[in-house]
Amino acid sequence: MTRFQFPKSIASRPVYGRLTARPGSAHLMVADAEGAEALLDLAAAAPGLMERAHVIYLPKTTGATYARRLETLSPAQLYIGPSYPAAEPRLRKALSDAHMGLQVYLAGTEGLMGQAMREAIEAGIPAGAIQTEHRGSVARRMQCVHCKGITEDVTTDPFVCAHCGLNLFVRDHYSRRMAAFQGVCIDAEDPGDVPPSKELYS
Amino acid sequence: MSAGTRKIDVTVTDVVEVNELVKRFRFERSDGGEMPTFSGGAHTVVEMRDGDVTRLNPYSLMSDPRDRRAFTISVRRDEAGRGGSLYMHRQVRIGDRMVLSYPVNLFALDLRAKKHLMIAGGIGITPFLAQIKQLSATGGRFELHYSVRTAALGSYAGELAGRFPANVHVYHDDQSQVIDLARLLDGQPLGTHLYVCGPKGMIDWVIRTATDHGWPAEAVHYEEFLAPQSGKPFEVTLASTGRVITVGEHQSMLEALEAAGVDAPYLCRGGACGQCETDVVRHEGHFIHRDHWLTDDQKTCGKKIMPCVSRFEGKSLVIDR
Ligand code: FES
Repeated sequence: MTRFQFPKSIASRPVYGRLTARPGSAHLMVADAEGAEALLDLAAAAPGLMERAHVIYLPKTTGATYARRLETLSPAQLYIGPSYPAAEPRLRKALSDAHMGLQVYLAGTEGLMGQAMREAIEAGIPAGAIQTEHRGSVARRMQCVHCKGITEDVTTDPFVCAHCGLNLFVRDHYSRRMAAFQGVCIDAEDPGDVPPSKELYS
Repeated sequence: MSAGTRKIDVTVTDVVEVNELVKRFRFERSDGGEMPTFSGGAHTVVEMRDGDVTRLNPYSLMSDPRDRRAFTISVRRDEAGRGGSLYMHRQVRIGDRMVLSYPVNLFALDLRAKKHLMIAGGIGITPFLAQIKQLSATGGRFELHYSVRTAALGSYAGELAGRFPANVHVYHDDQSQVIDLARLLDGQPLGTHLYVCGPKGMIDWVIRTATDHGWPAEAVHYEEFLAPQSGKPFEVTLASTGRVITVGEHQSMLEALEAAGVDAPYLCRGGACGQCETDVVRHEGHFIHRDHWLTDDQKTCGKKIMPCVSRFEGKSLVIDR
């Protein structure tokens, strides 16, 4: 299962849709892991789109499974990279060279979409004009509200901050500017009184 | 009720003929105080007392938003209109006392934009004059494409082109110069916002082309004041008191309500802001919806009307006032 229906939550929590082709002079697609499936579906639904597409793809743990299939779509440009930080300069360059009419499509995990969205907004695209589709892991990018450190790919609640070691409760409160959910100390009142950690959405 | 419609007593301190069709008016507070601040794109509603008729027409403010001494507007003479512009052209003289509303902005710059691309047609230039003053004072990046009938009728075109030669492009209809919109839109850097003010045909053309070229709706801004149109007289009943008010041929329903002493809400008086939205309790007949506010569904379901520009034809109309 690569699609997950997030339960309704507070207004701060991002919601995701389904990618659809929109008219535009250029198309920038950023995906990680199973997010590739959303791009494959998009390409199947909109023949000709890939000829004008720049695809930035991070396979993460999926190895060559999707990378091969994306290659066969022959996008105008295809970059396959090891991590978001490795791909970020390329994304920034693509945005700074772009003109109005560019369409942005993001797919995959929340952490990837959130960070790419932050760059796109920074480049001047209104948030509502950026398409997203969640696929794959429900892992989150979390910011510790105490030490401000970011812990990537958090899949359990509570979890231990990778920076300061506090036990953090996973909140739905999201910061677009940080591209991260907020983690708040769960045992501040009674240090050590930490409920057993369980998988997110389990 | 009439939120945002606080009034200012002013004196006309200058009237200048800009060209054959356009006159400029300057208003200062009669009590010698300062005018309220505004942001580029704002309009004021001018009250015109013409015999026993009172007209309230919105005009974009064109003066420098930082200048607290006066408000300035430009009015194009419209021979076919309901008389507001003719009143301004023929009756208003230096020294006259008038009443203006506080400014309201329904066409503001989005200051998150990396660049502001402006398209103006004819008298649609006026909101841009204030916006350009605002942007040039704050170092904002802008480009104006201004379409005029002839050089002689191109209000402020010469001044603008002289002052901002790199930013201002003027197109003359009589020389068959047209804005190459498709190319212009495709060449804009990411983060550009588009603004259009001019005749309806131009606004529609710009919005349609921008949509086709992949511009997000959030980055496309337009302002079109509809002048209320004349039509067959009709009657409207107020649900609260059962009072029946007649809307005359050359009156809007909002004007008729006001003339009858009903404090009905409004801001733009041009079908754009939504402030005057009124619930219809009952009706027998059909609506002539002319606003930009109600959705198509709302227009067909017959439960709402925008009295500033829309009319009614038929047997009876009861509104929730
Ligand atoms: S007053 Fe603005 S829509 Fe009627």
